[in-house]
Amino acid sequence: MDQVLDIATTILVFGVAYAMLLFIISVGLSITMGLMGFVNLAHGAFAMVGGYVTVKLVTPLGIPYLLALVIAFMAVAAFGVVMERLLYRWVFDRPELDHVLFTIGLVFISVFAVTGIWGPDPQNIQLPKILQGDLNLGVKSIPVYRAFMIIAGGAIVLTLFYGLERTRIGAQVRAAVDNRRMAESCGIPTGRLFTVIFALGSGMAALGGGLGIQILGGLKPVFAFEYLVIFLIVVAVGGLGNVRGTFYAALVLGIIDFAGKYFLPEGGGFFIYGVTFIILLWRPQGLFGKAQR
Amino acid sequence: MQKVSTSLILAGTVALAGAAEAREYRVGFIAPKSGGAAQLGEALERGARLYIKLHQKDLGEHTVKLIVRDSKRPGGPFAKAAAQELIAREKVDILGGVVFSPNAMSIAPLATAGKVPFVVMNAGTSWITKLSPNIVRVSFTMWQAGFIMGEHAARALGCKTAISGYTNYPPGKDSAAAFKRGFEGSGGKVIDSIPMGGPRNAPDFTPFFQRVKDKRPNCFFVFVPGGNHAAAASKTYVALNMKAANIKFIGPGDLTHDLQLQSIGPAIAGTTIAVHYHADLRNNANDAYKKAFAVEYGAKAVPDFVSIGGYDGMAAVFAVIKAAKGGNITAEGALKTLKGWTHDSPRGKIMIDPTTRDIVQNIYIANVVNDNGILRHQTIKTIPGVKDKCKELGIGRCGK
Repeated sequence: MDQVLDIATTILVFGVAYAMLLFIISVGLSITMGLMGFVNLAHGAFAMVGGYVTVKLVTPLGIPYLLALVIAFMAVAAFGVVMERLLYRWVFDRPELDHVLFTIGLVFISVFAVTGIWGPDPQNIQLPKILQGDLNLGVKSIPVYRAFMIIAGGAIVLTLFYGLERTRIGAQVRAAVDNRRMAESCGIPTGRLFTVIFALGSGMAALGGGLGIQILGGLKPVFAFEYLVIFLIVVAVGGLGNVRGTFYAALVLGIIDFAGKYFLPEGGGFFIYGVTFIILLWRPQGLFGKAQR
Repeated sequence: MQKVSTSLILAGTVALAGAAEAREYRVGFIAPKSGGAAQLGEALERGARLYIKLHQKDLGEHTVKLIVRDSKRPGGPFAKAAAQELIAREKVDILGGVVFSPNAMSIAPLATAGKVPFVVMNAGTSWITKLSPNIVRVSFTMWQAGFIMGEHAARALGCKTAISGYTNYPPGKDSAAAFKRGFEGSGGKVIDSIPMGGPRNAPDFTPFFQRVKDKRPNCFFVFVPGGNHAAAASKTYVALNMKAANIKFIGPGDLTHDLQLQSIGPAIAGTTIAVHYHADLRNNANDAYKKAFAVEYGAKAVPDFVSIGGYDGMAAVFAVIKAAKGGNITAEGALKTLKGWTHDSPRGKIMIDPTTRDIVQNIYIANVVNDNGILRHQTIKTIPGVKDKCKELGIGRCGK
């Protein structure tokens, strides 16, 4: 019995910590897809840039990790606005194939730019003392960093939920995701709304990139490609534009992925795809997505 | 008419005098130059180029041209295409390089068909040398370090149970099998063996390592390719605080690869590895090598076992070129030179076993120690003249 509890704690703690990371990075992608029908495959590149900004602030400059995360969030959010105004806006009204080609091109550019500037080797950071070591839960000890991920992720989830459900801009976003043309007719400036959401989503991705360095085994230039599939899966399973759905999808997939690899190291990594397959057969629009209008 | 006959005579003279004329020998060199393992390709090439630079004079008027091609990924296709191009179009005299085992395996049939000698400078899966009679390996075999680590873990480290974790491709399986044989032959018990993803991108090792932590073995033997994977795996060991759970971290030298050692952090001190070369080896050849390496590539550049593969590999190539005396290099001639070839390497004396065409060398057991903030490898035991155990015992594909 003790052993069962022990393993269950492991799966839950590590799975949820990973799920939080998936959610933080994917949520921006989900909303931009739901809001504008825009397929931003370069979303992972923003996460990667955020990770590099964090690393470079912490290691050579000696800025505290948590502060570096905040700076990365703001810097990449601002960078997102610039990119959106300068580049993305030109392809919004084009067909989806153009979105895909344009953003995958951006991924290639980002990978080569990052390799060129910082080299192909993985980047690591030394965590602050308070985030190192173990936390004794009674049942078993878990790494402090995982606990921190869960708490920080939980706080971000609650803030987002609150923001979307209770604020004016949240209501506007929900309305625009539901029916963009109707929302526009009611005077909601969807263009500007999109800029704000795009910035927020990019910033969140950057935050995820910074938080994930320790969990994903170092930060590499291939990050933008390596995890793209996972982010897209989370968004598809959750339902486009649905924050709650993205959260539950991240939770289900994060836990299943960890459990799969833990129990069946050989082939456990494929569980996540099997689950995605079944869920999408059952609900092609995703767990919380609306059926095709 | 006059012109034609002159050039004919000239051609004839060149052909006759060929042996005495300065000749450029072309060496095809295949290594990862892009992607996650570019660091390993760079190390291999640095070793090779350093040898050429230091020993060019030994060849007299002949010269060596390294023709480098990118193997891109650990898998076969790109390396194979590169080898094909090097043999057919570039007409190389010798093939060399190769970091990953699947690269070498895909090239082997071409070395046979093209009758080109192929000097493997890193790839360590034991049965690679079985794939072509034209292969000579100067690097190491997974069985050399794995088997010895298994014996050491059971006898000296006092481990009764162990778990092995390995990157799921041929050298990983080889390494885990070698460890099991050595460990269980000395009275230990391997209670679990965990494949940990493929060699291309370093995975998140947490699920695998946490599984090990929960099973509480005395020793945790890990094979991952050097470079990225090594850093990520060692970091995970530290992050999960496995040392506090009394799980000893052991493996072949990739685990605390010199190129990554400092970035892993001081918590990795106490790890034990079995390896054929680490930068802290003390001997005259290594002192000279480290000095030359620093002069050539800067004081911050770290020599590692991959660079030694390139360095000694080029020494083997030079031996073949010297034996050719300005004439053509044939696979038979090259193999004749290299079978039984000995060399005073920075890793100690090495020899090519005349029957297996594989390397015979010292294996060192080393501990990672924290020397005033700098991590170093401290040799605690030297096992001299180690042959490839896999072929000695005729296990699996090594026996065929």
